[in-house]
Amino acid sequence: MATQFSRRTALGLAAGVPLSLAFSACGTSGPGGGDGASYWFLSGPPQEGIRQGAVDRFNNANPDSKITTTTFQNDPYKTKIKTALGAGQAPTVIWGWGGGGLRTWVEAGQVDDLTSWFEQNPKVKDRLIDSSFGPATIDGKIYAMPCETVEPIVLYFNKRVFDDVKVDPPESWDDIMALVPKFNAKGIAPFSLGGQSRWTNMMWLEFLFDRIGGPEVFQAAFDGEKDAWSHPDAIDALTKMQELIRAKGFIEGFSSITADSNADQALLYTGRAAMMLHGSWSYGIQKEQGGDFVPSDSLGYMNFPPVDGGKGDRSNAVGNPGQYLAISAKASAEQKEVAKKFFTSGVLDEQEVKAWIDSGGVPILKGTQSELEASQNADFVSFVYDLANNAKVFAQSWDQALNPTAASALLDNIVKLFQLSISPKEFADNLNAVTNK
Amino acid sequence: MSPASPHDSRRDRHGILPWLVVPAMVFFVGFAVIPLVGVFALSFTTWDGLGEIQLSGLDSWQAVLANSELTHAVWITFLVMVASWAVQTPLSILIGTFLAGNQRYRAALAVLYFIPLLLSSAAIAITYKALLDPNFGLGDGLGIEFLAQDWLGRPTLAFSLVVFVVSWQFIPFHSLIYQGAVRQIPRSLYEAAQIDGAGRVRQFFSITLPQLKYTIITSSTLMVVGSLTFFDLIFVLTAGGPGDATRVLALDMYRRGFEADLMGPASAIAVILVLVGLVLALLLRRLGGRDASKSQFEGA
Repeated sequence: MATQFSRRTALGLAAGVPLSLAFSACGTSGPGGGDGASYWFLSGPPQEGIRQGAVDRFNNANPDSKITTTTFQNDPYKTKIKTALGAGQAPTVIWGWGGGGLRTWVEAGQVDDLTSWFEQNPKVKDRLIDSSFGPATIDGKIYAMPCETVEPIVLYFNKRVFDDVKVDPPESWDDIMALVPKFNAKGIAPFSLGGQSRWTNMMWLEFLFDRIGGPEVFQAAFDGEKDAWSHPDAIDALTKMQELIRAKGFIEGFSSITADSNADQALLYTGRAAMMLHGSWSYGIQKEQGGDFVPSDSLGYMNFPPVDGGKGDRSNAVGNPGQYLAISAKASAEQKEVAKKFFTSGVLDEQEVKAWIDSGGVPILKGTQSELEASQNADFVSFVYDLANNAKVFAQSWDQALNPTAASALLDNIVKLFQLSISPKEFADNLNAVTNK
Repeated sequence: MSPASPHDSRRDRHGILPWLVVPAMVFFVGFAVIPLVGVFALSFTTWDGLGEIQLSGLDSWQAVLANSELTHAVWITFLVMVASWAVQTPLSILIGTFLAGNQRYRAALAVLYFIPLLLSSAAIAITYKALLDPNFGLGDGLGIEFLAQDWLGRPTLAFSLVVFVVSWQFIPFHSLIYQGAVRQIPRSLYEAAQIDGAGRVRQFFSITLPQLKYTIITSSTLMVVGSLTFFDLIFVLTAGGPGDATRVLALDMYRRGFEADLMGPASAIAVILVLVGLVLALLLRRLGGRDASKSQFEGA
């Protein structure tokens, strides 16, 4: 039997408990009503400025239909947007990662179906690369406008440190394991890691699963196949992960370092760590904050190396095929009009495209090779473009692909795995319990 | 005594006085009682925070109670409660007694001691996190090896640090309570003790401490019940980590409700929190004895 309360009342009730009162991210609940459209996105340089720039240009060109913006840090945003949606206070334009998170919004009827709008506006749709629509598509319908950049996870390394220690970048998992003691002997952490953010640890498993067992291993878990996490290749990947941690592959204290503060990236560009697995967006951050580190060509990068005997294709990539803008179903007709106008003329306009490329990003547009090659970050953006386009499989980040309940259990268990407080088998059992259908 | 006659005050009591309670009642019912009922109802449902709310009987309670994470979170909450009480109470009493003196330098120190009270928990947590960062924090900046430890990355250290920061933040508040209470102790008690030849230490243990009995109970109630709801500080400082070493009940509730989209189990934990808080508050009141209204100043 299913009984339905008024959602809004129930959330109002839940949010009002004195105990939880302090927890709801205090502050204003955002401009849900009002005339103009609103748009929430993530803060932090250089992305924040580029997003704001696109809105500013749109507002200048359309003084009658302005968009107001509010920014949030990555991790707080995930819960903030959920609460806002539930309380009917969501912004008109909702920034997101698509995938499992978008699916929950769709199932709750919180975001508009944009399929027919895209059919009527082929010009908007056709200039975006096809693979970017994957995470925006739920059950065959498009619920979000892909935007910004394609962000594969990249293995970065500090060339200066490699020169000092006189070693070469790794070309296989065995190379990685062999490099670890060499860096540790010089007092340099082999890998930087913002472990408190949890998804940072997850990127490691995404690659190990792929390189050892191929994309099918996680796909099986995603599809809810029974005991998918206990697959021998999965156990092998989890075991190798713990071997690297035991060998002191990561910087001491990684479990208290957060990625939101960019401390993990600072470790790499200050030379305290030799390598780091991070999203391609990190290039822009290191360029902006790392002084002459990036300009002096000290930052090296590559796709994750293969694991000997593994089944995964070494071209496979993991990461975010794009970012996504959904339109709140609760917004007024005028607000939705403004949002669609923004999608048509504001999103990825000429200057935004240039700004992304200048920051080291690869916009999700077709046919940008010549612009990429002419840019000041030509090497890096061309590398990312090739990585994304040549990947046999470009898998979406696990926590974005899974539904929030499974993603939360996954991240929790990943932290424990990295703490060495659970074994690979326990990890697999815990997750089987969540994803088994 | 006020010059008003008993007759006047009785009329007030039956006239306007009962109405004065209304604003507070409205807030209490609106922000405490109704939400409490709502959360209790939600704990018997399955809800992801967005979609439809479905009645699911005792599923949420079973999921919460059968899970070892709850036991762990309760244990951590209990440890935080006991440790922060044990650290805060003696220090607060000592500082409060010290500040109760009328010397000018003590008044100046009092201002300094109360500064943490003015800061928000989130700001405190962010500051400590930055200062204690093993790579870019104080230890690195000043070149002091001891400070460059992995403070928030080791379970025991991180736990101790949470207790330390909580104490640092709240000792000023409790000192303030004790300062006021010590000042209320009649001077005649101390004068009598001095005549009998009691030294300062003896005076402290034989007069000050016994006279503070009810203040200790009040302050302990605030500490113990308050420690159930520590959230912001721990959330920012350690996010419950490393692993789940500092994952208290309130944090567990938040993670389940707002990260894992499991509002039912999160509500069940909220109900548990409320019940534990109530029981603890009642127990502490009992400790104070039934004669709480009796005068403490037997000598006065």
